[in-house]
Amino acid sequence: MPKVTVDGLELEVPAGATVLQACEMAGKEIPRFCYHERLSIAGNCRMCLVEVAPGPPKPQASCALPVTEGQIIKTDSPMVKKAREGVMEFLLINHPLDCPICDQGGECDLQDQSVAYGRGASRFEENKRAVTEKYMGPIVKTAMTRCIQCTRCVRFTEEVAGIEEVGAIGRGENMQITTYLEHAMQSELSGNVVDLCPVGALTSKPYAFEARPWELKKTPSIDVMDAVGTNIRLDSRGRAVLRALPRINDDVNEEWASDKTRHAVDGLTHRRLDKPYIRKDGKLVAASWAEAFDAIKANWSGDAAVIAGDQVDCETMFAARALAGASMLEGRQTGLAYDTSSLSAVNFNTTIAGIENADVILLVGSDLRREAPLVNTRIQKAIRKRSAKVFAIGPVTDLTYKVEWLGDDLSALAKAPKALADALKAAERPAIIVGGGALRYEGVHGAALAFASKYKLVRDGWNGFNVLHFAAARMGGLMLGFAHDGGIKALAAKSPKLAFFLAADEADYSLFAGSFKVYVGHHGDNGAHHADVILPGAAYSEKSGTYVNLEGRVQRGERAVFPPGDAREDWAIFRALSDVLGQRLPFDSLEALRAEMAKAVPALGVEGLADYGWSEPTLPSAVNGKIADYPIKDFYLTNAICRASETMQRCSAELVHGTQYLEAAE
Amino acid sequence: MLADKDRIFTNLYGYQDFGLKAAQARGDWDKTANLMKAGQDAIIEEVKASGLRGRGGAGFPTGMKWSFMPKAPTPERPNFLVINADESEPGSCKDREIIRHDPHKLIEGALIAGFAMRARAAYIYIRGEYIFEAKVLEKAVAEAYAAGLLGKNAAKSGYDFDVFVHRGAGAYICGEETAMIESLEGKKGQPRLKPPFPAGAGLYGCPTTVNNVESIAVVPTILRRGAAWFKSFGRENNHGTKLFQISGHVEKPCVVEEEMGIPFRELIEKHCGGIRGGWDNLLAVIPGGSSVPLVPAAMMMDVPMDFDGCKAVGSGLGTAAVIVMDKSTDIVRAISRLSYFYKHESCGQCTPCREGTGWMWRVMEKMRTGNAEIGDIDTLYDVTKQVEGHTICALGDAAAWPIQGLIKHFRPEMERRIHEAKGDDMLEAAE
Repeated sequence: MPKVTVDGLELEVPAGATVLQACEMAGKEIPRFCYHERLSIAGNCRMCLVEVAPGPPKPQASCALPVTEGQIIKTDSPMVKKAREGVMEFLLINHPLDCPICDQGGECDLQDQSVAYGRGASRFEENKRAVTEKYMGPIVKTAMTRCIQCTRCVRFTEEVAGIEEVGAIGRGENMQITTYLEHAMQSELSGNVVDLCPVGALTSKPYAFEARPWELKKTPSIDVMDAVGTNIRLDSRGRAVLRALPRINDDVNEEWASDKTRHAVDGLTHRRLDKPYIRKDGKLVAASWAEAFDAIKANWSGDAAVIAGDQVDCETMFAARALAGASMLEGRQTGLAYDTSSLSAVNFNTTIAGIENADVILLVGSDLRREAPLVNTRIQKAIRKRSAKVFAIGPVTDLTYKVEWLGDDLSALAKAPKALADALKAAERPAIIVGGGALRYEGVHGAALAFASKYKLVRDGWNGFNVLHFAAARMGGLMLGFAHDGGIKALAAKSPKLAFFLAADEADYSLFAGSFKVYVGHHGDNGAHHADVILPGAAYSEKSGTYVNLEGRVQRGERAVFPPGDAREDWAIFRALSDVLGQRLPFDSLEALRAEMAKAVPALGVEGLADYGWSEPTLPSAVNGKIADYPIKDFYLTNAICRASETMQRCSAELVHGTQYLEAAE
Repeated sequence: MLADKDRIFTNLYGYQDFGLKAAQARGDWDKTANLMKAGQDAIIEEVKASGLRGRGGAGFPTGMKWSFMPKAPTPERPNFLVINADESEPGSCKDREIIRHDPHKLIEGALIAGFAMRARAAYIYIRGEYIFEAKVLEKAVAEAYAAGLLGKNAAKSGYDFDVFVHRGAGAYICGEETAMIESLEGKKGQPRLKPPFPAGAGLYGCPTTVNNVESIAVVPTILRRGAAWFKSFGRENNHGTKLFQISGHVEKPCVVEEEMGIPFRELIEKHCGGIRGGWDNLLAVIPGGSSVPLVPAAMMMDVPMDFDGCKAVGSGLGTAAVIVMDKSTDIVRAISRLSYFYKHESCGQCTPCREGTGWMWRVMEKMRTGNAEIGDIDTLYDVTKQVEGHTICALGDAAAWPIQGLIKHFRPEMERRIHEAKGDDMLEAAE
């Protein structure tokens, strides 16, 4: 622990820290543009200059300088002040004065720092440089004249997103950031460069000219586009959510969010169900709440089936279960029927942050890049930082890193090829990730567990057995018993008289031809088309909800806006319906519901990682056949909210289906 | 004047063939294995004792630089020698003469220096525009391989050593050692942050030493004739012989090997036939290539041409590329042209240089025509100070110094132009 002095304050800092970190520990703010905690150090903006003794008699870039014993650092000397003013002046000479029409205004590092560290006026009298716009895809809007060449975006795409498509061309004052041949960035994480950009060069295309940051109400929430449980902040104005931004959570999403997380929010205002409907003569007709409830009452026989959708919160599922009974619950809409007797055997046990430490990883039928982009970045990190080896069984797909493909034959799980077996034997922290693409085949779950015990994937202080879900509701649903023996087909075979569908849009409704179908959800998507009664519910932004992510982490999000029209929060709908059915539910508020839920499933009452213990069910492990494909065909259109989103539709058209969009000006 | 018998580069003017046979006749590759028998540390000690300072401009002691290299490299992490032949400094043209007329001096030096620093291989990074020189060098390397002087058991010394010639693409910044390493790795030529220094993590992350062509090419002769012989030239701290490249307004511009510390006047009189139009016609001299500040005639006459001598007059020896300017020179325009060069060659990585070089050039252009205010001179000076010392590599300094030199010595001329452009005759009235 070297001892350093920062502005007269003596402190000990960890060995290997940089001078910038030491200054921060001492409570000194160091201005910076290119430095970012999660990216490699570039040291090119020169804004973080400080005076360091011993050293050359000139200011030094603190972000790149390691601390040494006895260093004396000055952050407020005249030399430092002058250096900062100088760099600030250089940054501004070619930066346009278009703050009034720039979307970064109000949250711009350059604005803030020029106020704090700038000179106040420029001495530059020449013409400013102008740079042509670059096309970076449907998410990122460019105004490259504003670029200060900090290269954060270049480093992010290369180091985190794993694509080498953004770079700098030209040199000197002609240096320009661009994508390769100005193609759209082929990444599920491209929106993050908007957050990273310290100026208004890269801004959000869908959000362009929508709002100023100080007009927005900011609500902490949890993303439901995949099972990662990305911590987000919903920025809303009036009744509309205008954007979603990631919150920092090192255990889950670090500070990234996928493009779907960020930009599906415009789908929240399209195709919404804002009043109840009843099917009359084969047609859905708008109705009042009372009429809708009466229609349900006519088909009520004391219990009902409940099919939960992929984005439902635990409260909704719990309320539905409390009313409909626990005998016919299912959340796995697409027909998966894996064993759920041990939750630990269907959990991502290594944890999202933990997978970074793995040294050998086997993917089985898991297209991580589309199913959980932020887990994929962790594996990217494991490869970059710890030279982890990745093997995969399944059809070849581009995961952004080097993978040794073992073919799509599942027999490789029963008898590991030599390369894999050797790597596993030498590994200290081996892991397997079983995805939905494989779980649908009989015996795979058992074979994966047998594989885990054969190669000791579960050992002291390390659990390398992982199942990867990609529905935000999945783990919460499993904890609440939303898994029927034999899956949805076996449930449908019981021919329930009444079936509730909780925003379930991926289910095969033909299985329930004989049931009276009540759809409780927020979008007029597949489920609504088949329903006999529609009860308009709330989307994730419109209710406070508990979600359990794929590693079993219980997280809560808050309500950002109110549901549109007559729509209500889902739990309240069931509470009201229970009155009509004469089976009043024992909660009148969300708090009371949560208390009941915590009584039934204690783990849901505590935020944080749920402890499932580790137990291996004994399952048949004979496997044969080949993994035909991966479940997610179109990353951008996986749920009703995305499908209603114009941005996601455009992303899908352009990035998945290769449609060429030309800019209007061309 | 350096006696002919003491010249290292005996085929500097290409009167003889560059090939292996001719080179051997001149004494190159003569019992190279014997030189290497002394052992690695002994060679480094000998070079240290000779007082050789890096000939690339910075003048860092070469032997000391070699001694920073790890003494026991592993096969997974070998040492590398990179030879900087990316000679792009305006005024500099010595490496070119060495490579096209005496390449075997360089190749033999590469083997010996590489052996001394326990390098696995040497990469010679040659400037892209040196097409003929690259061809000569490649041919010479091929000759050396064919004769068993390189490769496995190089020159029968029992040491395996390879030499690769890599051609640059014409960027001045790739002459900066870490940018050169980036470029060798196939990346965009941009200087790296230091630390880590190349001796710790350089080419492909392995320990690397980057040396100038001349520094390497003189090593075999130093070892053959002894450190004491080399040290006998020049004065304390500035020993040996050196290639001077005199260009500009002299009667006969030339590249010549001379003793370090030869007075400027003697250098010009003896080798260049004097200043065009006589000594009274001398205006200013840039003694070390475009990166160093100019020195006005009066101060320059008797300066000993070595590192300390040039430093004493506020300039530097640099690569000893002496640019002589007589009174016909538009000095402001000359420096403005250099500013344009640095603006053009700035890599664009770090802010002060990327933005500052363009700014400085534009103001210099205004100074050239006088279309400016007196206060702009002070602003310009302030801007050069904002660039100097704030950048990742030394290109920022190199861009700032010529302008600082101009303002320091020729401010009255700059002011005169501004007054003249304004049609201002107040200056004369005041006199």
